[in-house]
Amino acid sequence: MMCRLALQVVIAGALLTSVGVRPVCAQTPATPVDVPTPAGWPKPVEDSRVLTYVTFDQLEGRTNGPNTSFRWDGEGWVGTDFNKLWIKSEGRVMNGVTSDGDHELLYDRPIPHLRYFDWQAGVRLDLDSSPTRAWAAIGIQGLAPYFFNFAPTLYVRDGGRVAGRISGSYDLYLTQRLILRPQVELNFYSQADRGRGIGTGLSDLDSGVRLGYQISRKFAPYIGFTYSSSFGQTATFARGAGESVHASSLVFGVWIWR
Amino acid sequence: MHEDNKLKGRSMLPVSRRRFVQGLAAGGAVAALDWRAGWAFAETGQQQTLATLTGKDFELTIDSLPVNFTGRRSEATAVNGSVPGPILRWREGDTVTIAVTNRLPTPTSIHWHGMRIPAEMDGVPGLSYAGIAPGKTFVYRFPVLQNGTYWYHSHSGFQEQLGLWGALVIEPRDKDPIEYDRDYVVLLSDWSDTNPETLYNNLKKQSDYYNFHRRTTGTFIEDVKSKGVRSTVRNRLKLGRMNMSPTDIADVTSATYTYLMNGNPPDANWTALFKPGERVRLRFINASAMTLFDVRIPGLPMTVVQADGNCVQPVTVDEMRLGVAETYDVIVQPLEDQAYTIFAQPESRGSYARGTLAPRMGMTAAIPPMDPFPLRTMADMGMGGMAQMKGTKMSGMSSDQMPGMKGMQMNGASQNSMPEMKEMDMSGMRDGALDPLAGKTPFPQPGSRATRLMQPSSQMISRPAQTREGEVPLRLGPEVASVPMNTSPRLHDPGDGLNGNGRRVLTYADLRALYKGVDGRPPTREIILHLTGNMVRFIWGFDAYKFSQAEPIHLKLGERVRFVLINDTMMEHPIHLHGLWSELENGSGEFSPYKHTLLVKPAERVSYLISADTPGRWAFHCHLLYHMAAGMFRTVVVS
Repeated sequence: MMCRLALQVVIAGALLTSVGVRPVCAQTPATPVDVPTPAGWPKPVEDSRVLTYVTFDQLEGRTNGPNTSFRWDGEGWVGTDFNKLWIKSEGRVMNGVTSDGDHELLYDRPIPHLRYFDWQAGVRLDLDSSPTRAWAAIGIQGLAPYFFNFAPTLYVRDGGRVAGRISGSYDLYLTQRLILRPQVELNFYSQADRGRGIGTGLSDLDSGVRLGYQISRKFAPYIGFTYSSSFGQTATFARGAGESVHASSLVFGVWIWR
Repeated sequence: MHEDNKLKGRSMLPVSRRRFVQGLAAGGAVAALDWRAGWAFAETGQQQTLATLTGKDFELTIDSLPVNFTGRRSEATAVNGSVPGPILRWREGDTVTIAVTNRLPTPTSIHWHGMRIPAEMDGVPGLSYAGIAPGKTFVYRFPVLQNGTYWYHSHSGFQEQLGLWGALVIEPRDKDPIEYDRDYVVLLSDWSDTNPETLYNNLKKQSDYYNFHRRTTGTFIEDVKSKGVRSTVRNRLKLGRMNMSPTDIADVTSATYTYLMNGNPPDANWTALFKPGERVRLRFINASAMTLFDVRIPGLPMTVVQADGNCVQPVTVDEMRLGVAETYDVIVQPLEDQAYTIFAQPESRGSYARGTLAPRMGMTAAIPPMDPFPLRTMADMGMGGMAQMKGTKMSGMSSDQMPGMKGMQMNGASQNSMPEMKEMDMSGMRDGALDPLAGKTPFPQPGSRATRLMQPSSQMISRPAQTREGEVPLRLGPEVASVPMNTSPRLHDPGDGLNGNGRRVLTYADLRALYKGVDGRPPTREIILHLTGNMVRFIWGFDAYKFSQAEPIHLKLGERVRFVLINDTMMEHPIHLHGLWSELENGSGEFSPYKHTLLVKPAERVSYLISADTPGRWAFHCHLLYHMAAGMFRTVVVS
């Protein structure tokens, strides 16, 4: 059921894409080069190469003294300027227990008439030590004015359950290589999911400030401070399970991409 | 002559013109050097002098070559075992044959940049031919119908970044109007030990990867100190709202590039010899992949005598900017018995290419400090409204007299009396109308012999450029990050980083051809193209389309067309049209300079005339290698 729904969202997304991502111009619609060149000739330029990209915004150990955990938040894509397949994955491991496991597979295209935003649609799997859930996902991701990275996503699963996530970050260059990056992520749920300890409404916040040094553009060790918190019913569930509602941690990690 | 060169190995003697001519008289045999010698050089990193090949028949071999330009071993793509490849010296009027053999494991090609030759000899894989497969030889053969300084380079993949380029020097058939005692090629390039595929991928994923002049809290504080809080904050907000950076000067910088002069890093100090009082001709060629060079010789004014292979009326300057693929020939006349530094700093500063003009080997002169890193201004965004005023002088031109403006005045000829009709070079003409076979014999290069083409009295004169094509209302989108509110010709503006530096810097307004243009007809239509891009996504194109999304531009054989380029981006783009001349409309009328590559500044509107006299599929593209690779390329079909 939920899988079917997810599939429908993906198909709807794919259909949407077929309606113009091209800029609207008074020109005749662009067609491929219509001049016959002999078969076997290469193209003079290959401007639609398939590239791959993987990045980790969080690849870090978190500690607040008694508790240490490992946290990752990464994403990557494969594709061209106008068609990409994205993979996103985040989660946390503490004492052999994985939580916050969120893995997404999304199709991505630039939004017409927006310079820096793509829309994305696909599936999200909550896959960790708690019961597994599957969602259909649709969202946007890109660079908001003033260089803010911004990605709101809406999730739907069977029974009309809706969830939302907003994440954002900003890179403040202190020097050419020393970067201060505030980051925040908020989660919302329309209905409680006791199995995963999630209540309705605003459920949790993960925020942090990290200071990284780019040894190279693709490798920057960082230290930071994170604050995470659960709210409302989610907080009540957490208290009931004997878990902390607020957590502040020191983090040590590395930003990498390739 | 070339035998000489071979025996002496890497002799520092310049190819004096007289000796060169003797060489020609004596030989013209196959000029294949023993290129294995270059191997040793490249590994040792000593100063190298370019080999010169002369004659009518040439054999070039393309192979990989271990090099060390930076202190690290790396691999280049070389012609006859050297980077740059040998200087090819041709003579106008000859028919040359060049057999190019590919010893790489990948396809290759050689394009003769600026040469007016049949399209199938142009060397662009996918347009002229299939390219040269590994192990294969392709034989180029074409008549040389022009003279001047040009260059050749690969048009395959990223081989242009890997060293596959060299100089072309074509001796005029008639007496050279430029007088000189010594003659040197000064070929500038940018070298990276990073594989160009990686370099391109880095830009695609993080377009400011190589920008180490980003705005930081540090620069914010400095700006507050010098400009005040209000102005600084307002400026940041204005640019920030569009996610634009004024530090976006070059996509690839000295963070990875080492700049070379004739294949020599700065420390190797390439040296050209002179005797005080001699007139030295320096043929500057910007053969780099991504770098605009600002060239000067402190203490020595340079007299520009040729641009893109075409003679211009001499203009003396202290400094000039070379867009990628442009060439400028200058005459210098050092009178003192001292060394002079030839200094070429990229627009993005950071490092430089350097050589020395000296009376004796081993001499050096002071290396000047680099100029400050420039910033893009509101004029570059078409927001200043004062773009034309930025230049140092306006020479009394009002904006509606400037070429490229709406309601443009006709190119001088149409208003002038009929051009003289005396013993015209009738090739390509029949009964005053263009012969469809004209392509076999393109219009001659302007020169002492070439006469101005008259216009057929009846049909063409009454048809000024009224048809405007391709004027597209652009909207912002993934491919178009900005559309300036107003664009203007910035011909008097030397460019970002060169204003107010106390030196006299060459501008496009200074270029006035030595000879009248050969085609006096007014254009019959106008093709307007926006240069567009999205820096963050690193997508570049014309009119919002990448090459793969676009149709070719069709020109009718024999027609006279005006191209108007409007740069909507915040970067310069050196736009190169293969096979046909681009006659820059800079107010010089019938003395408009003929160029093959035009550097278009941010928010600039530039126009030029084209005589579509050679049929074929021609490449039309930004000569910044990674902009071209990202889509800033079109096919121009002349048929």
